[in-house]
Amino acid sequence: MTAGWIHHLIIAPVLLPLGASAVMLLLDERRRRAKNVISLATMGSLLALAIALLVQTVTLGFSGGSATRVYLVGNWPAPFGIVLVADWLSSMMLVLTALVGIAGFIFSLARWERAGPRFQALFLLQIMGLNGAFLTGDLFNLFVFFEILLAASYGLLLHGSGARRVKAGLHYVAINVGTSLLFLIGVALIYGVAGTLNMADLATVIPATTGLDLALLQSGFAVLGVAFLVKAGMWPLGFWLPGTYATAVPPAAAVFALLSKVGVYALLRVYLLLFGADVGWTETFGEEWLLFGGIATVSFGTVGVLAARTLSRVAGYCVVISSGTLLATIGAGEGNALAGALFYLVSSTLGLSAFYMLLGLVEHRDADATMGLVAEPVFDDEYTGAMVVDEDEEVGIVIPATIAILGGGFAFCALLLAGLPPLSGFVAKFAIIHSLINPGGSIDASSWVFVGLLIASGLAILIATTRAGIDLLWEPSDQPQPPLRVAEAGPVGLLLLVCLGLMVFAGPVMRYMEWTEQSLRDRQGYINAVLSAERATTVAAP
Amino acid sequence: MEIVLALGIGIFTASGVWLILRPRTFQVILGLSLLSYAVNLFIYAMGRLRIDAPPVVGSEAGADLTQHADPLPQALVLTAIVISFAMTALLLVVLMAARGLTGTDHVDGDEGE
Repeated sequence: MTAGWIHHLIIAPVLLPLGASAVMLLLDERRRRAKNVISLATMGSLLALAIALLVQTVTLGFSGGSATRVYLVGNWPAPFGIVLVADWLSSMMLVLTALVGIAGFIFSLARWERAGPRFQALFLLQIMGLNGAFLTGDLFNLFVFFEILLAASYGLLLHGSGARRVKAGLHYVAINVGTSLLFLIGVALIYGVAGTLNMADLATVIPATTGLDLALLQSGFAVLGVAFLVKAGMWPLGFWLPGTYATAVPPAAAVFALLSKVGVYALLRVYLLLFGADVGWTETFGEEWLLFGGIATVSFGTVGVLAARTLSRVAGYCVVISSGTLLATIGAGEGNALAGALFYLVSSTLGLSAFYMLLGLVEHRDADATMGLVAEPVFDDEYTGAMVVDEDEEVGIVIPATIAILGGGFAFCALLLAGLPPLSGFVAKFAIIHSLINPGGSIDASSWVFVGLLIASGLAILIATTRAGIDLLWEPSDQPQPPLRVAEAGPVGLLLLVCLGLMVFAGPVMRYMEWTEQSLRDRQGYINAVLSAERATTVAAP
Repeated sequence: MEIVLALGIGIFTASGVWLILRPRTFQVILGLSLLSYAVNLFIYAMGRLRIDAPPVVGSEAGADLTQHADPLPQALVLTAIVISFAMTALLLVVLMAARGLTGTDHVDGDEGE
């Protein structure tokens, strides 16, 4: 049995953080060291797991077989039970999650994990929700994982407390609870018509739907789409995004940069799988909405980035621009623009995460003021005195030339986000623009508008980051700059290094993205893989 | 029965939407709760309305599927109830924190004067 334990690798990215976060809850708040070591080990093994899955995908893909692996949870046959699916897109997103997760966690070790109770448990649950959402092949299960990652994100957003965070948190929770209700309405409508929620099964049922059922089904998907777009932050549904992300503590914000991509991922998965090219109405369903919504989002983000007065708001609008670019590219659906979009997704997420962490370092003075606010303990076992740590331990290893390193990292991030050569942001934008203006036929007017906006938004990001960067980094300050620690500079460096790797190995990475696009367009392959997945037979004990 | 259920969902939704557009945090939470009731009933209705039919095969009705209610929406509703209940509880805690920190129950944290 070669398939033995390797087969179970797919569910490990969900189970591992779940188990670890349960252990976190059992440990007393004062045993920080133990908690941090366990969490760090978990994050490390998650990264190893994700890379193992990626390697598996690539080897399967290049050996000619189907890279789509299906895990039947509880060994129920496919359309009835819940399935987890690891394919090109999922494996890529898992690695991305693990990278951002481990970088964010190491960063939090320097100071932020002490800003409030139960940081580790929430952080691990957040990663679990993300992994689950990227793996699942069932619409309702997607909802459940969405709720897990949202619930954890509520906690992470409120981490550190303070009036500003609570105010932003109230809006964030209310908006997302409302959105989840929309998600449920969409799912219920789809189930009412199609009688199934397994995505592969849905893809076979949809083309046969006609008449009144069709209208209901389309409304169901439209409502579901709205729910996804709120998470992705499409204008005008994403008004909450910049302000909310700006108030979160830096390591949490670094993970939130990935959170908005979950909406885009869900859209990609559902949209490309269910609305393929074979039947009349499904081919263009919602395409224009995505294209024009994406264009509007990029415009909104561009204006916002220029108008933003603080760096964290600049970062927030960069998230908006990045989502808008992805949505419009998916909507345009020209040639192999999708491969470029996927490259952009990876590069911009890494760039934004690094940027949020850098902001935490640059805006230290401001942050220290909010650190003093400690809420009253809510539970008896809560230890709010955790902030008092002896100085020796807290400072750790200090890196010299703080400003030079911060400035260098900042400039790197700014170039990455603005999409200037030679960094990976440029490669991604180039790939998108190249496929938009070489569609094989005539170029749509909307494509021209989008290409223009794409370049203009890059310019706006460059102007805004330069202005704010000079203001924060090179303005003479009478306060001494707090020392830079390895735990803070390390993760930022790690993410930027991966971006550098994306640039140096742009060829192989781009090939991976093209394979991903092909697998996304190969709907029948996905459907066959899921519906014909074989149940594991019970092996007799040797 | 259909008309009663439809009216119920409609009234819940209308009241919920009106309430979440109000400026007080408590009204918003009540609105979200009412909306979640509406959505739960809606999911339930999407499994078709059946009276006196068991959802689980293996009871007296035998293996004839036409004699059974659809069990899946009931399971979905159960999950949705638990999740929305937890979220409401969390929102209440945030409400209390916001009230304590800002001194007002306005959703924006100030009266907007």
